Amino acid sequence: MAKSNKPIFWGLFAAGGTVTAFVTPALVLVTLFAAMRFNMDMFTYESIHAFAGWWLGKLIIFGIILVSLWHAAHRLRVTVHDFGVRADKQVAIVVYSLAGLGTLLTLIYLLRI
Amino acid sequence: MSELQKRQIQLEVLRYNPETDTAPRYQTYSVPCLEEWVVLDALNYIKDHLDPTLSYRWSCHMAVCGSCGMMVNGEPKLACKAFIHEYKEGQIKVEPIANFPIERDLVTSVEDFITKLASVKPYLIPKEDKPVSAGEFKQTPAELKKFKQYTLCINCMLCYAACPQYALVPEFLGPAAISMAHRYNQDSRDGGRDQRQEVIASDEGVWECSFVGACSEVCPKHVDPAGALQQVKVASTIDWYKEHLMPWMKK
Repeated sequence: MAKSNKPIFWGLFAAGGTVTAFVTPALVLVTLFAAMRFNMDMFTYESIHAFAGWWLGKLIIFGIILVSLWHAAHRLRVTVHDFGVRADKQVAIVVYSLAGLGTLLTLIYLLRI
Repeated sequence: MSELQKRQIQLEVLRYNPETDTAPRYQTYSVPCLEEWVVLDALNYIKDHLDPTLSYRWSCHMAVCGSCGMMVNGEPKLACKAFIHEYKEGQIKVEPIANFPIERDLVTSVEDFITKLASVKPYLIPKEDKPVSAGEFKQTPAELKKFKQYTLCINCMLCYAACPQYALVPEFLGPAAISMAHRYNQDSRDGGRDQRQEVIASDEGVWECSFVGACSEVCPKHVDPAGALQQVKVASTIDWYKEHLMPWMKK
């Protein structure tokens, strides 16, 4: 029996699950504060923008969005399967393409800051 | 035996005789049950007093042998651990364990599970060949704790009956077999992980699992197969990255 290549997607899924559980809720809140221009030193739009402009900040944001996207894609694939849609290959192509597109867009937007 | 403690239970039992029946059918028996009885006691009552032709497997009557796994009101249960007093309605449906072909009445063919279990080499493959004179293989309590819960598996196959993935994909290696592989992989005395990985890291191995978790819910020995499978996934993922991104790590 040949060893499976599923670890590629499962690895991203597992990492994304961990990040989604621990980091994403806090990030959503921080981003909301920034977007609403809350007058707190750390949460000003300018300081967040500056963080996103710094190379390490870009790397962190990219990493978090990357694994969250691929996590969501894989979760959706399994959920669709659980709902009784037995077209795993087609579903996988659609959800992973969306995650791939999101990854690409994240990269483009981050590089433009 | 006081009459007060007795309760008349209607046991709806699936019957199938391959020599005379074309399809399985149900037969209802009225059994005077004591409150402390389990479903297995009720089946034994039927066999002894009502219908000697009823076939089912059992041996120990104490959740050790793993023979009496069956569907009780649609749930995978050991008949010796399913207490009558938990079924208030007075009617209990007993069917053979799900996802396995019926041989006769409540007896199923377990061939598929046995083949899969054997394929993961569920025994110690010593790391080093040591003569008996060299003494025992020592293990710390911490090393024992890593795998002890998985040794409690009694091969009752309730996890296979509960697993929706196994129902869908019969090739799936399944919860108990992978948990047993994990049990030996985690053993500090064992050196057979590479051999087992060839089977459990395949598509039909651990990767068919979608972490529904039903296996751990029905496990009568609290082995937590779902937990074992997730640990196997993490270890296999690390293996994959090591093999593909760091090929020089290969032995």
